[in-house]
Amino acid sequence: MSELAIEREIDRSKMQVSDEVAIQISGMNKWYGSFHVLRDINLTVNRGERIVIAGPSGSGKSTLIRCLNALEEHQQGQIIVDGTELTSDLKNIDKIRSEVGMCFQHFNLFPHLTILENCTLAPIWVRKVPKKEAEERAMHFLEKVKIPDQAHKYPGMLSGGQQQRVAIARSLCMMPRIMLFDEPTSALDPEMIKEVLDTMIELAEEGMTMLCVTHEMGFARQVANRVIFMADGQIVEQNEPEEFFNNPQSERTQQFLSQILGH
Amino acid sequence: MSEQNSVAFVATESIPPSPPPANQTGVVKWLRENLFSNWQSSLLTLVSLYLIYVILSTFLPWVLNGVWTTSSLTECREVLEGRFGACFSVLTERWNQLLFGFNYPSDQYWRPTLAFVFMLIAIAPVLFFDLPRKMLAFTVAYPFVAFWLIWGGTIMAPIVAFLGCAAAAFVFGAYGKNNFALGFIGAIVAAFAVWIIGTMLIPDGANEGAWLEHVPSRDLGGFMLNMMLGVTCVSLSIPLGIALALGRQSNMPLIKGMCVIFIEFVRGVPLITLLFVASVMLSYFFPPDANVDLFVRVVIMMTLFSAAYVAEVIRGGLAALPKGQYEAADSLGLDYPQAMRLIILPQALKISIPGIVNVAVGLFKDTTLVSVISLFDLVGMIRGPILGGSAEWNGVYWELWGFAALLFFVVCYGISQYSQWLERRLATDHH
Repeated sequence: MSELAIEREIDRSKMQVSDEVAIQISGMNKWYGSFHVLRDINLTVNRGERIVIAGPSGSGKSTLIRCLNALEEHQQGQIIVDGTELTSDLKNIDKIRSEVGMCFQHFNLFPHLTILENCTLAPIWVRKVPKKEAEERAMHFLEKVKIPDQAHKYPGMLSGGQQQRVAIARSLCMMPRIMLFDEPTSALDPEMIKEVLDTMIELAEEGMTMLCVTHEMGFARQVANRVIFMADGQIVEQNEPEEFFNNPQSERTQQFLSQILGH
Repeated sequence: MSEQNSVAFVATESIPPSPPPANQTGVVKWLRENLFSNWQSSLLTLVSLYLIYVILSTFLPWVLNGVWTTSSLTECREVLEGRFGACFSVLTERWNQLLFGFNYPSDQYWRPTLAFVFMLIAIAPVLFFDLPRKMLAFTVAYPFVAFWLIWGGTIMAPIVAFLGCAAAAFVFGAYGKNNFALGFIGAIVAAFAVWIIGTMLIPDGANEGAWLEHVPSRDLGGFMLNMMLGVTCVSLSIPLGIALALGRQSNMPLIKGMCVIFIEFVRGVPLITLLFVASVMLSYFFPPDANVDLFVRVVIMMTLFSAAYVAEVIRGGLAALPKGQYEAADSLGLDYPQAMRLIILPQALKISIPGIVNVAVGLFKDTTLVSVISLFDLVGMIRGPILGGSAEWNGVYWELWGFAALLFFVVCYGISQYSQWLERRLATDHH
C-alpha cells in the first residue's frame, strides 16, 4: 500500500482532545458461531480523538467499529457510546445510531434517491427536521464536501470518490458527535482517494471524534493522534503515530509495517 | 531510423471525435442485412412471407365478410349465402350479456359502467405518480363508491364499511407509531367493532326501496365479474404479499413460521381446489348463521393464492438488495418500518416489478376459473347461456372465443406495457 502524500499543511492546532470520554469499551468479546473474532477489547476514546485502526485483513478491525453502532452484536463486555450503554434495547440502539455517523467501504448510498434526498432522508424521518431546513443543511454539507452541483443527480451517475464524499455528507447531516469510517478509500481509484482523505482531514480539523479503519498510513501519520494495531481479534499495540511507525514494539506490528511500507 | 526504433512517444495533438461511416443507414441496406443476408435467411424470409400471406388471406375475408346485424346463426348463414365470413352478430346481440352477465337488471347497466370509469380515475394516481397526490383521496373513497354502485342497496352498507376502515386507520395512526403490534391489532379490533355495531344498526330490509336497486352477487357476471375479481384481488394481494415476504424474513420464529407455512401450503395447492373450497366448504369456517357472500369468499381465496406468489417474488427482490443498504439505513438511525418503507421496499419492489406483473396477469386470466364453480363470468357466459343454452347461437365458437381472447389480451397487454414504462421510469442507475 503506497503512502499517499497529503500536500497541504494540516492545522493540528484545532485538533484538541478533551478529557470527556466519547466511547468506552471494556472487556468486550465477540464470537461468530464458535469463532472468537474479538478478544477482550478495552478501549477508551476521548472526544476529539482521531484514531486509526490498522491490521491485516480478518483481524477484526471492521467488526470492532461495527460493534460501536450495533451493526454487529457483541456477546460479552460493555460498550458505552456517548454516555449510552449499548444493549439489545432498540431505543438505545437507535439513539446511538443517530449520534454516530458511519461511512462504508462501498458507500452504500441509496440508489433510488437523489444525492439531496440521500442527505435529507434521515434528518427528516429520524430527527423530524422540517424538509426545507433539512435541504439547507444538506446543501451546506454538500458544499463542504465540494459537490453541491450534483445534488439533483442520482448516486449511479457519480464517480466513486464523489459517492464517498456524499456518504460523508449524508452522515454529517445527522450532526453526529462521532464518525466511524470502515475502509472508506479501499474501493477507490488512487486519483479519488485524495479527495476523500481531504474531506476527512477537514473533519478532523474541526474537532470531530473519528475512528477510521484504513490502510492509508500517510493519513494515519499526519491526522491520527493514536494508531491501534489489531491482529487475530485483539489489540496488539497502540501508540502515537510517530512512535508507532518509527518504533513499533511487537514483532507482529513490525512484520505488518514492513509489509505495507516495504515498497 | 533511430526515431522509428525509439519507444518514446508523445501525442502532439488530441484526436477530435468524428461521426461513424455514413453507409450505415438506408432501407435497402436494412433489408439486405436483416432479411436477405445469406441464402438460408432469404429462404426463411420467403417461407415466412408465404405463411403470413396464407393466414391473412383466410383471416381477412372472414373478418371483412363478417355479419353484424342478424339475430341468429341461421340468419347469418342466409345473409352470407355460402360466402366465407364471420357471424359477429352474436357479439352485438349478446353484448350486454357478455359484459354484465344475464341477470344484472338491464336498466341498471349504467352503474357498473360508471364504476368502471371511476376505476380508471381512481387507479390513475396510483399508477402514474406524477399526477397530483390529491387525487388519492378519490382512490381511497373508490372501493366504497364502487361497492355501492355495483351492488346497490342501502347506502348505509358502504358507509359502515368506510367507517370501519377509517376507525382502523385512526387507531393505527394513534398507537402504531410507538408500538406496531398494538396499533395493528387495535386497528383490526376497531374495524370489526364498527362493522358489527354498524351492521346491527342497519334495519332488516333496508335494501328494499333503496335509491339504487339491490343486486345480489349471484346476478353479477360477464367480463365485469372478471374485472371486479381481477382488480380487487390484485390490489389486495400486493400489500398482503409484501407483508408475507417481510414476515418470512422476520427474526421472530413464530411470525416467520406462520408465513412460511402459509406460503408453502397455498403455493402447493391448485387454485381450482381453493375455489371449490370457497364455494362449498368455506362456510364451515364461518359462524353458522354468517352468510358470507360467494363473491367475498372467491375474493378471499384468490387473494390468498396470489399473495403467496407475490410474496415469493418480493422475497427475491429483497434478497437481491445488497446487505449494505440495510446497514446504511440502520447506521442512520432509521427504525425498522422507516427503513423498510423508505429504503428497502422501494428498491425491492422495483426489482420485483416484472414478477409482480407476471402474477397479476396470471391472476387476471385465472379469474375465468370461477366459471367452474358456476359463476357466470365471461367464459361462464359463453360456455353456458350463449353457446349451450341458446338455439340461436349454438356453433359460433370462433367469434365468441376470439372476442374473449381479445378482451383479455387488451387488458393484459396494457398491464405489460405499463410495467415496462414503470421500469424505465424508475431506472436511476444509468442515464
